[in-house]
Amino acid sequence: MFAELGHFALILALAASLLQVLVPAYGLVTRNGRALGVASSAAQAQFFLMLTAYLCLTYCFIDKDFSVAYVAANSHSALPLMYRISAVWGAHEGSFLLWGLMLSGWTLAVSIFNRRLPQDLAATVLAVLGFISMGFLLFMLITSNPFERIFPVPLEGQDLNPLLQDPGLIIHPPTLYMGYVGLSVAFAFAVAALITGKLDSAWVRWTRPWTTAAWAFLTMGITLGSWWAYNELGWGGWWFWDPVENASFMPWLAATALIHSLAVTEKRGLLKSWTVLLAILCFALSLLGTFLTRSGVIVSVHAFASDPARGVFILSFLALVVGGALTLYAWRAPKLASEGELKLFSREGLLLLNNVFLVTACFGVLLGTLYPLVIDAFGLGKISVGPPYFNAIFFPLMAPLFVLLGLGVFTPWKRGNLRDGLRRLRVPALFALVAAIAMPFALQGKSSLVIAAGVWLALWTLATAPIELIKRIRAKPTFAAGLLSVPSSTWGMTLAHTGLGMWMLGVVCVTGYGIERDVRLGAGQEAELSGFVFGFEGVKESKGPNFVSDLGTVVVERNGSAISTLEPEKRLYPSQGSVMTETGVDVGPFRDLYVALGEPIDKANIGGDWSLRLYYKPMIRFVWLGGVLMFIGGLCSMMDRRYRLARAPATQRSTGHAEVLA
Amino acid sequence: MRFAIPIVLMLGVLALLGFGLTHDPREVPSPLIGKPAPAFALPGLGGTPPQLANADLKGRPVLVNFFASWCAGCRVEHPVLMQLAKEGIEIIGIDYKDTDADGAQWLQRHGNPYRVVAADLQGAAGLDWGVYGVPETYVLAADGTILFKQIGPVTEQVWREKMAPLMAGAKS
Repeated sequence: MFAELGHFALILALAASLLQVLVPAYGLVTRNGRALGVASSAAQAQFFLMLTAYLCLTYCFIDKDFSVAYVAANSHSALPLMYRISAVWGAHEGSFLLWGLMLSGWTLAVSIFNRRLPQDLAATVLAVLGFISMGFLLFMLITSNPFERIFPVPLEGQDLNPLLQDPGLIIHPPTLYMGYVGLSVAFAFAVAALITGKLDSAWVRWTRPWTTAAWAFLTMGITLGSWWAYNELGWGGWWFWDPVENASFMPWLAATALIHSLAVTEKRGLLKSWTVLLAILCFALSLLGTFLTRSGVIVSVHAFASDPARGVFILSFLALVVGGALTLYAWRAPKLASEGELKLFSREGLLLLNNVFLVTACFGVLLGTLYPLVIDAFGLGKISVGPPYFNAIFFPLMAPLFVLLGLGVFTPWKRGNLRDGLRRLRVPALFALVAAIAMPFALQGKSSLVIAAGVWLALWTLATAPIELIKRIRAKPTFAAGLLSVPSSTWGMTLAHTGLGMWMLGVVCVTGYGIERDVRLGAGQEAELSGFVFGFEGVKESKGPNFVSDLGTVVVERNGSAISTLEPEKRLYPSQGSVMTETGVDVGPFRDLYVALGEPIDKANIGGDWSLRLYYKPMIRFVWLGGVLMFIGGLCSMMDRRYRLARAPATQRSTGHAEVLA
Repeated sequence: MRFAIPIVLMLGVLALLGFGLTHDPREVPSPLIGKPAPAFALPGLGGTPPQLANADLKGRPVLVNFFASWCAGCRVEHPVLMQLAKEGIEIIGIDYKDTDADGAQWLQRHGNPYRVVAADLQGAAGLDWGVYGVPETYVLAADGTILFKQIGPVTEQVWREKMAPLMAGAKS
């Protein structure tokens, strides 16, 4: 019954989204305020319908209703409740439902917080969002209905992919989707600006918090994904340049460029058409990511034939939405003239350079992701593009970006004085240089040019990040008054840039000083790695709710005193016949010790010798700490007072409007 | 005019994706079908003994699957192969243009559906077999003749409709 209710709610949501598009469009043409107002109500109705559909599917999972095909394919009677709830987004159909729910959630938020916007702009934004939602609802109803029944009803489900049975995977996809989908709000604002022809600093102040919020969630989603891969895949890595990862990273790079170009547009009224183009690009990339990961085109050029309808649909939708927006751009953008001129050595000039590097990096990643397809299209064979390519193009592009960041926070808007800037930058630059040479030797006893360069970039960023903050505090007579006067967007910027520096420090240390060793150990034997002694105490069998596992025990000692006991596991999930590695990790602020259980040397005897992989991962926590700081920084920026003040005058206008209508 | 550049670029990317969507590399004909499998002799993965040569494949129908740890498509077909192995189908794995360690790690992580895994680290045997890109899977008759070649992942459908009947036919 609940499956049918959910299906029905989806159909009603489609109807609501149609209203959300058509009625405001009519209102816009005829200048009918009442029709424009329908956008909000339709958006709110749509959200509640999506929520109903989502809860219905969740209920089917909790209830173990294997007569629903999607539940039967992704659940199992022994699956713990927590994973039954998260299994809703464990595969294709459900993740689109979550996508749709979040889109309607963002739309709801826009309809609530933007009541103070000029009515035509608000209605246009909602109509664009409604159009996107309509596309996704049609996609779900036509090609991937999560509520489809199956007959005969299977007695047992096929279980959730064991890779997804991990706490990290419960929060990772929703956070990432929040970011992906949030970019649609920036897109809708951009399209609305093109349609209404109004792109002033007020528009930027309305757009910025939404974009920053989406960016923050995207950052957090990627960070969580990396953390999950580290814990679950057992390879000790935190980033694999996998097409699926790239699909989330490309929009992140574009969105990072966008939040910076929005700053230029707000402060200086420059780069207007570029900002609009970036907003379109961000959303195009997040749709492209959906296409790439969902159609199977990239995972394997071959795999596709299994379900062509889905790929064709997403591709057509992408063509329609992005093609429509870009056509509109080609037609209307010439009117978005920028005021004033741009000097290269000024904050806006440096931010423009930041955009150049970010967008180039983004296209580099896009190229690497699509390259196998290009080669195939021109009949040149088949290749797989791996990490060497991505590292070779990505890091050289990132290095100047870090240098620019330090320069940028020093340089005032409009015009900077190059000589003055360089003079004042001497101190942090030299400090970073000395520390970059000394620190690796002090901590690790060895260094190299690449490591020193990387540490310099990280320390340079860390040293320059708080400059704006310090400047603002110093401008006030007392420290306390200064601290109170700092706007939260400055806190946000400082935190995010500090996070970036932390990330760099982590990346450099873990790549430069990480140690990996494959060993063969029997119970009672030991292996040594970077001063730590790993004592293997053997493997015993243990049993979980829906898996059996070989549970190893490894005691780590240093200088004779025990530090920690690790329990790496190999789990067999009988329902899918797959084996998962659960790593044992001793977490420390400056180093992780990481043990992954390999195979027993003699397969019949798990009490015998085992192959184990031992890792020493210095500073790896900094990689994720950096991501978390960027996330918090994003949230701080979003809360800035001036975004709320910007709406105050508009309030009176729209109330006036409402009275006229009433 | 410069404002129209983005849409032109986008049309290019869309054409490419459309190509990827419609292009079916399975249609590439293999000149080896109906002919005996090319001669080869490969070491086992990880330098371990079971040497593998043509003689080992004769006497019963087998599947020969070229895979690699770096190949995304191989991960797609892997559950199908695992299922086939469970049903008692004999699959010979040939790790193509890979390293011993990566290949072994990949099998460790995803499970090993193969009776024997041979290492074709330079891709020399693959060249003789006409491997176009991994994964590729060959159905061999009892006398060592290549009956069928699947370019790209083995799906349940391909197995059911094309490979299983050949395997059953070759047995009798």
